[in-house]
Amino acid sequence: MGNRQNVMIKGTKDGFILKLNDQCSYDVLKEELIEKLAVQYKALDDDHLISAQIEVGNRYLTNEQRHELKEIVRSQKSLVVEEILSNVITVDAADILIRQHEMSSMAGIVRSGQVIEVDGDFLLIGDVNPGGTIMAGGNIYVIGKLQGIAHAGCYGNNEAVIVASQMIPSQLRIAQHLNRAPDMDKNEQETHEMECAYIDESEQIVVDRLQVLRHIRPNITKYEGGR
Amino acid sequence: MGDAIVITSGKGGVGKTTTTANLGTALAMQGKKVCLIDTDIGLRNLDVVLGLENRIIYDLVDVVEGRCKVHQALVKDKRFDDLLYLLPAAQTSDKSAVNPKQMKELVEQLKQDYDFILIDCPAGIEQGYKNAIAGANKAIVVTTPERSAVRDADRIVGLIEQEDIEPPMLVINRIRNSLMISGDMLDIDEITSHLSIDLLGIVIDDDQVITASNKGEPIAMNPDNKASIAYRNIAKRILGESIPLVSLTEEKKTFFQKLLGFIGSKN
Repeated sequence: MGNRQNVMIKGTKDGFILKLNDQCSYDVLKEELIEKLAVQYKALDDDHLISAQIEVGNRYLTNEQRHELKEIVRSQKSLVVEEILSNVITVDAADILIRQHEMSSMAGIVRSGQVIEVDGDFLLIGDVNPGGTIMAGGNIYVIGKLQGIAHAGCYGNNEAVIVASQMIPSQLRIAQHLNRAPDMDKNEQETHEMECAYIDESEQIVVDRLQVLRHIRPNITKYEGGR
Repeated sequence: MGDAIVITSGKGGVGKTTTTANLGTALAMQGKKVCLIDTDIGLRNLDVVLGLENRIIYDLVDVVEGRCKVHQALVKDKRFDDLLYLLPAAQTSDKSAVNPKQMKELVEQLKQDYDFILIDCPAGIEQGYKNAIAGANKAIVVTTPERSAVRDADRIVGLIEQEDIEPPMLVINRIRNSLMISGDMLDIDEITSHLSIDLLGIVIDDDQVITASNKGEPIAMNPDNKASIAYRNIAKRILGESIPLVSLTEEKKTFFQKLLGFIGSKN
């Protein structure tokens, strides 16, 4: 066992890549990693920090193990772990990922006092009445009147957008930013049709024509092809 | 098997009790057997509006706690020959004296004997509201053309939609023509499109509604009052007749006539 290469260290111009074998036990791997890093230590005694990337292949690491590996690398050398790449995730984590990337839709009215919360994008076919709230981890699309509160990217996604056929919200929130309607007489408000809201470069929520969206958030387009 | 209709609004003071009393009266006038239930325990007033206050012997809490039989607690309105009954609320306890399960059983029992059971709901969305909607299979939401009332109505509609109740119907109460025509009040289309539920009827704000309920005679008994006709029309619509809404432009003229008459009488 002793002479098996469970840990491979590769140098690139961006830093080190530590390739860890995914067939041996975690304890063996850990020992060998400590050993390898101790040996290499003399060769590299620069003061500045070098970034390292850990590749673990088809090995699942728990949060504690990830933390432990980072600690080992960090304590042995002037290396900082940028990221740990693993090909494996748990079913729970996969479910969360699916939910974050799927679009939930609903036909109906979000009335005063009702709160809709989804992890991914949300498509509402109907109105959001004043006092109603939509919270989505992703984007919010309202085919109808948006008169209540919409919170897109509510878990901190600055790229999220809010789109509505009629944009007359009481508040717009994207990630940690907030914007409220101007204090105007409701009857005097001009109609805002087919608009979108996003965070611009100056970290402000701006409301703009729907047509600008494809330039500002090209990632929204998932469809490829067409003639 | 009758229908149990809850009359609710969320906000207080929009005319739930007045509507209940008048719809009950109007339905009884159409020959239906009607039982009104006041669920506003601790703050009852349906009995006052109907003028039945001094005939109360037992109340809702007595019934659910088994101190009397249902028929003993029902107060008969003698003006309508065996057609209109009231189950009054208790004035001494509070809303927690009754629970939704008990209400449901009570309403189920009453449904056997009556064509319509109208349940007058207290303001708010707490225990009293939960009791009121427990036995109902239909709902009428009352609102006035004010933003605050419409907001609360929206909330209530949302809550009712989560229950096992038919989609609620809307009654817009206390419409003041002058304000609506001048655009200083929400108009009917605005309210119905906002709430997007079916409009059952509109009732004009009329001084006589107040005088009548002070006398304990629901306005629906008055044959030629505007509000009375509105309530009677709503009752007919509940019975399945299709009666067109009173047009506002037509109202406009009569309102100005009334206004002129009012100014004339002052001078």
